[in-house]
Amino acid sequence: MDRTVADTIRELTRRHIADHNGVVVGQCLSAVGWVQNTVPAQTEGVVELPMTDIAGSGFAVGLALAGRRPVLVIRFQSFLWLNASPIVNYAAKSKEMFGYPCPLLVRAIASEGGGTGPVHSHAYHSMFMHMPGLPVCAPMTPGEYEQVWERYLSHDDPLLVSEHRASYKNNRELPDIVRDDAVVTLYAVGPARFTAEQAVADLADRGIVCNLIHLVWLKPFAPSPAQLDPLRATGRGLVVDATYETCGAARSLAYDLSQATGRMVAAMGLEERSPGASPHLDNLTPSAERIAARIEALLR
Amino acid sequence: MSDPSSPDRTPDLGAIAGLAEAEAASQSLELFRRMAVARAFDEHVRRAQMAGEVRTLVYLGVGQEAVAAGLSMGAEGSWVLGQHRGHALYLSFGGRIERVIDELLGMPSGCCGGMGGSPPIHDFERGIVGHNGLIGDQVPVAVGMAMGGTNRPVVTVFGDGAAEEDYVLTSLGTAASRRLPILFVCEDNDLSVLTPTRDRRTWKLAEVARGFGMEAVDIADDPWLVAHWTTALMDRLPAVINVRTCREYWHVGTGSDGPGEWNRYEMVKSRLAAMGLGDESRRIEREAAQMVEARWTERLQIRSAS
Ligand SMILES: Cc1ncc(C[n+]2csc(CCOP(=O)(O)OP(=O)(O)O)c2C)c(N)n1
Ligand SMILES: [Mg+2]
Repeated sequence: MDRTVADTIRELTRRHIADHNGVVVGQCLSAVGWVQNTVPAQTEGVVELPMTDIAGSGFAVGLALAGRRPVLVIRFQSFLWLNASPIVNYAAKSKEMFGYPCPLLVRAIASEGGGTGPVHSHAYHSMFMHMPGLPVCAPMTPGEYEQVWERYLSHDDPLLVSEHRASYKNNRELPDIVRDDAVVTLYAVGPARFTAEQAVADLADRGIVCNLIHLVWLKPFAPSPAQLDPLRATGRGLVVDATYETCGAARSLAYDLSQATGRMVAAMGLEERSPGASPHLDNLTPSAERIAARIEALLR
Repeated sequence: MSDPSSPDRTPDLGAIAGLAEAEAASQSLELFRRMAVARAFDEHVRRAQMAGEVRTLVYLGVGQEAVAAGLSMGAEGSWVLGQHRGHALYLSFGGRIERVIDELLGMPSGCCGGMGGSPPIHDFERGIVGHNGLIGDQVPVAVGMAMGGTNRPVVTVFGDGAAEEDYVLTSLGTAASRRLPILFVCEDNDLSVLTPTRDRRTWKLAEVARGFGMEAVDIADDPWLVAHWTTALMDRLPAVINVRTCREYWHVGTGSDGPGEWNRYEMVKSRLAAMGLGDESRRIEREAAQMVEARWTERLQIRSAS
């Protein structure tokens, strides 16, 4: 299958506009490649915003109340620090506070490396997981993105979709790896799923067998038996996510997994420092080497 | 949408006849020197990036250097807060050149230790304050500095895109309401990344500023005109200058979509020649290029030695 994540998002959006009177809203959508080719190249249903990073998400909330099922494109997750309030304080609280829904899909795009620097690097889904009323997910494959979209259309919640540019060219699904002889279970989120795959392969070469469970839904987090049983069997787990550890997704998920199984689960994220724009100062998604080293340390 | 970019996007917008000719030759040549240094610098950055010496993202201001040059002539001694496309502003206001070269080279001696590349360059001791990369964020910070009563006026420079940010508009309103000592300068290249103004809005910044109760002018980037209005308005702050200018290279990086609508740099050189300052301007241009080359060579040697 050649269809990439970017193709999938673009086609889902095109259909959303055509079939559901949907609308996609954001800055600089039409110029420079339609957001890495994830937005359909058309004027219908595409709202080009001025540079407005606080009112912009307010506009999206209003479009949601008007029944347009908007898709709000945030081109770097750093802009979420500005756009957050209408999302968490209106859209996410709307049902509880006013009794009417405010369905809004936020496409929050994370990037890293290549000089993105201290402000514009990384994903900030952890801070949104903190707030009630807002489901959070991080799809990295075409099939996962379709499921997320289906969820959006079949429910009336707002949704924070933590995307990563590293996934846009991906055309593979990422199946879990579960083996009877595994000694540890690795849970991976977002772009760390790609490095975790590599880490599992590298460790296997060294005779250390790991399970790998891919996590797409971060909140609500309701792990299935198929996701929990491998941890029960290995007795030890590690959650990896490319966000900061303190109050971060990896620790939160590790706690839930541990509570559900009674097993020890560790968490791993970014190094605790801002990334620099120069390559030697970067702070990237935990690499296969870092993940493997952490697993070896857990096993010692 | 109606098009706010026409018919105002002309190189003569707001022109005042005889302004350049009335200026002392030494001042005109200093004005040009600042333009020449900024241009030589950014042309060098472009080559250095293409050669792989500079590996971080760079935001080049070639074509726009008259704005910073003119502004710096009229606002010396101010706090200066610009945004990502700020090399010319930094150099024109006396930022130390080695600190910005080192930053672009990712060296610990860079003004941000290599953390930031182009956007956050600063020389705080010289009044040049860093930008975090969230566009327009510097404008409310500048208003806060103006509230702080440091006995120094504040100049903040932002783009036509940044002008649309919620917090930029409310900064104008707050400065007007409190009569703060701040000059807002919009470097209006008609582009937000690659989206032209006409696809984003119909309003004009100068009219909005007047609505808030501030003096405002909308002019082209003739550097004598920019200097003239800066000097005049520094006595009547708060105020807004919207300057129409042309970016020659891409939003980020080294590519080009062809020449801008006008070439201010060449226009200034022709004007100097017509004023009998052709030889001096050529010498200044040569010296600027030599200085920039020499400083880059020196810094690269230091980097490779470390
Ligand atoms: C708050 C915020 N929103 C969006 C961006 C993405 N972005 C970076 S530069 C830019 C365009 C800025 O246009 P303008 O202010 O006119 O400056 P110019 O690049 O033209 O010099 C945009 C949209 C950003 N960096 N920060
Ligand atoms: Mg602009």
